[in-house]
Amino acid sequence: MANKIRVATTSLAGCFGCHMSFLDLDERLVALAEHVEFDRSPITDIEHCSNCDIGLIEGGVCNSENVHTLREFRKNCKILVAVGACAINGGLPAMRNFIPLEECLSEAYLDGIGVENPQIPSDIELPLLLDKVRPIHEVVKIDYYLPGCPPSADVFWKFLTDLLEGREPELDYELVHFD
Amino acid sequence: MKPFIQDLAAQHGHQATHLLAMLRAVQARFHYIPEQAIGQLAGLLSIPRTQIIGVAEFYSFFHLQPRGQYELLVSDSVTDHMLGKHQLMGYLAEKLKVTVGGVRGDGMVSLDNTSCTGLCDQGPAGLVNGRALTRLDVTKIDLIAGLIDQQKPLEQWPAELFQVADNIYQPGLLLGQPIAYGSALEATFKRGLQETLAEITQSGLRGRGGAGYTTGWKWHLCYEGPEEDAFCDIDAQKKPQRYVICNADEGEPGTFKDRVLLNRYADQVFEGMTVCASIIGAEQGFLYLRGEYLFLYDKLQTVLQQRRDAGLLGTNILGQGFDFDIEICLGAGAYICGEESALIESLEGKMGIPRNRPPYPVTQGYLGKPTVVNNVETFLAAAAIAVHGGGWFSGIGTEKSKGTKILSISGDCARPGIYEYPFGTTIQTILDGCGADDVLGVQIGGPSGTFISNQEFHRKLAFEDLATGGSFIIFNNSRNILDIVNNFTHFFAHESCGFCTPCRVGTSLLKKQLDKIVEGHGSAGDVVALEELCRLVKNHSHCGLGQTAANPIITTLERYPELYQAQLKKISYEPGFDLDAALETARRMANRNDAAAHLAQVGEDHE
Amino acid sequence: MSKTITLDGKTIPFEDGQTIMQAATAAGVYIPHLCHHPEFTPHGSCKLCTVKVNGRNCSACTFPAAEGQDVLNNTQELTDDRKKITQMLFVEGNHFCPSCEKSGNCQLQAVAYHLNMLDDHFPLFYPHREMDASHPDVLIDHNRCIFCTLCVRASREHDGKDVFAISGRGINKHLIVNSESGQLKDTDLDMHDKAAHICPTGAILIKRTGYQVPIGQRIYDHHEIDEVSLLTEQHHGE
Repeated sequence: MANKIRVATTSLAGCFGCHMSFLDLDERLVALAEHVEFDRSPITDIEHCSNCDIGLIEGGVCNSENVHTLREFRKNCKILVAVGACAINGGLPAMRNFIPLEECLSEAYLDGIGVENPQIPSDIELPLLLDKVRPIHEVVKIDYYLPGCPPSADVFWKFLTDLLEGREPELDYELVHFD
Repeated sequence: MKPFIQDLAAQHGHQATHLLAMLRAVQARFHYIPEQAIGQLAGLLSIPRTQIIGVAEFYSFFHLQPRGQYELLVSDSVTDHMLGKHQLMGYLAEKLKVTVGGVRGDGMVSLDNTSCTGLCDQGPAGLVNGRALTRLDVTKIDLIAGLIDQQKPLEQWPAELFQVADNIYQPGLLLGQPIAYGSALEATFKRGLQETLAEITQSGLRGRGGAGYTTGWKWHLCYEGPEEDAFCDIDAQKKPQRYVICNADEGEPGTFKDRVLLNRYADQVFEGMTVCASIIGAEQGFLYLRGEYLFLYDKLQTVLQQRRDAGLLGTNILGQGFDFDIEICLGAGAYICGEESALIESLEGKMGIPRNRPPYPVTQGYLGKPTVVNNVETFLAAAAIAVHGGGWFSGIGTEKSKGTKILSISGDCARPGIYEYPFGTTIQTILDGCGADDVLGVQIGGPSGTFISNQEFHRKLAFEDLATGGSFIIFNNSRNILDIVNNFTHFFAHESCGFCTPCRVGTSLLKKQLDKIVEGHGSAGDVVALEELCRLVKNHSHCGLGQTAANPIITTLERYPELYQAQLKKISYEPGFDLDAALETARRMANRNDAAAHLAQVGEDHE
Repeated sequence: MSKTITLDGKTIPFEDGQTIMQAATAAGVYIPHLCHHPEFTPHGSCKLCTVKVNGRNCSACTFPAAEGQDVLNNTQELTDDRKKITQMLFVEGNHFCPSCEKSGNCQLQAVAYHLNMLDDHFPLFYPHREMDASHPDVLIDHNRCIFCTLCVRASREHDGKDVFAISGRGINKHLIVNSESGQLKDTDLDMHDKAAHICPTGAILIKRTGYQVPIGQRIYDHHEIDEVSLLTEQHHGE
């Protein structure tokens, strides 16, 4: 157990598609489990990061909670990895960047079709939205990037095995995809 | 509008090459370029409307949306800032009840910034409907605001507002002894054209715009240029066509010598152009005058007419059977047009985008014909050399930099203005001459040049040491270097033509990255990232603008690395944007202001 | 004896009037490029094809080959710089590949793959840009335009029209079309025009042809752009 590397994962403004793709490792997950144990992750339900070797971040930064989560990961992970299009360039959620936030919120909560009891949610428990969705490298320092929407299971495999075997991670041509 | 445009196009012979002049007229008349005018001109000039829109959107002085009846622009040069421009702009906006960049509700007045107007020795400077305003202060602004409220036509504004001084403090070889009217042409014809070219070459004169190409060699190449390129396709007589262009688009912030040369020595400049034309065999010349110098236009036209009347211009000049005339073309607010191939594009009625080279203008320039493009000062010197001979000029200066250099000195000194010094003069001598003390550093050659510190004043004015097109901006110890660099870096991002990726995107990225550091959001890796960006923009840009756009950062980073380091936070990374401000809209709409509704710029216990 | 230049240490022939790009392509050497297309006047704006000619950076697509040139193309330094220039193109526009029909067939993306670009490196600009879906057969998505002017040149040089132009200055550059309304539907563009098919990115797309080839089975999903480019462009000179 002592030799296992600790991996934490999370999804910020993402769709969990990258996590699903990770699970596509299928039987390779068993092999991986011999070397890896999971810390904070939707897979484990651990709520907060402890010291980890690798943090995998899916999704961009769209609200204040994302910022706190991202910082927690940066603080606790030796290597922080941006996983997937949204973490790398904001992706689909960032397509709201072209509409002023005021309009987005008004449409959703005040004057959109079918809105009843129009009001902007105002609960201290709710994270506030940033005016723009940002890629994670604009908020904390990122060490590696795994592009793709989602990155294929092979990408995760290649990346993690490279790291486990002490090689500088490298993605071959067929593994680099932005879609 | 229709008859106005029709007349305008007719006045310009329906020539698309005159597009800038026509759009200047439209902008002056309607205070914007109306959609209707675009369609009509496209038809009358037989060009796609996209070319007109392209030009209208490229040059700062054209607008597709209405500007004020009184369009006020304030020069954003660093020297204007040093003279209190920022406060004045605020006062102006308040007094005129208009926002910077906006038009007042009644459409009467608009206000905005503009790049250096070439009046750095008498700033803060500005433009009202293209006319230069000097030494702006609160009193003058009150006066201007009153005139605008009374809707007084510009012709009735007091002349003192438009007073432009020459401020020549140190005349030398050229400024001290202007040539006699027509003497350069007489000497040229007497000596012989080839012999005069030999004198120009022997003088060692190099281009005074800054790049320093040997003038005699440039003229020789144009004269020698492939004949097939020179022939006009439609001319049955197969007359070779060559052109002489005088580059008076002095847009480098801090440069204003050409303004003074054209105001005081225009005859000699035109004579230099005519000498060049006689040697290379050109019949047509152009003076490309930056739009900011509109106030010189009428005077220069008069000078040209007098020269025609005196037989020094036009047909059969001095009875030698040589025909040559000069046309003045005004720019419309684009620094890039100082680059010779962009200038030629502009003269052809297009956006000022530098061409791919080779071919160079000497073989394929204006309308594809061999063309000499020289700076105002180069033609001034060439005329004097034609009179006095090459030896007279080459006896002064250094080995690789012959003659003198005319400097535009501005910034922190007692006597900002025009100075002429032999090449090889030390910076210290120049500083002493204009009454500068407590100097922190000098920006030599403008933003695209070099910032030198007060440890380097022994260095010399020369192509082999400190080359300059003439800009010489002095900063005393009260100035903040990062503010200066910031002003210059924003200038380049604003003036990038956008043709090539490294400059179009790179100058904007440089601006962002520098802002990040200056505003205190930088961390350890940010200076390294800045340096990397500088290298990319410098090494990969298409033309001189991009290749020098990083110079303000590069030259100060070399000399004052500690200044940049001092801005950095001792953390591994900080966002380049204001995180808490990014929550403002949501906070306001959710009516929250609790602790969780805010974000610190960096994490609590960052590394 | 034909004239030669040295390209990455290898001697290759050229003919008078050829650019370095043309000589390299004929010799089977790929130089990354986006704004260059062998059928049209070279433009020299994307700067991806920057090579070192006798120690000096030049655009291979516009710079004439000349006897004795020592040209460096495939060096680590140039590859790194080309990657950064590609990243610049990505951050100045809005390139969301997962939602773009051109993904897999896109040359911008393919060059990025070729250069092993994994991230955007620079801060993103997220410019506000519009779409023009007015034309019955052709769509413009300005978010993806990289100002290569291939559509401008194709329209002028091949189609004999002047449908497109690049307007504006600096970072505000943008594609405009030749109609009074400013809309594509009012231009004389026909869906069979070369200009409608030349875009290296997904900025100009033909309507109702989307996703006929599934993602994952497209050109650059399995073939690198150097191979594809040489295959298509080498034939051009013949």
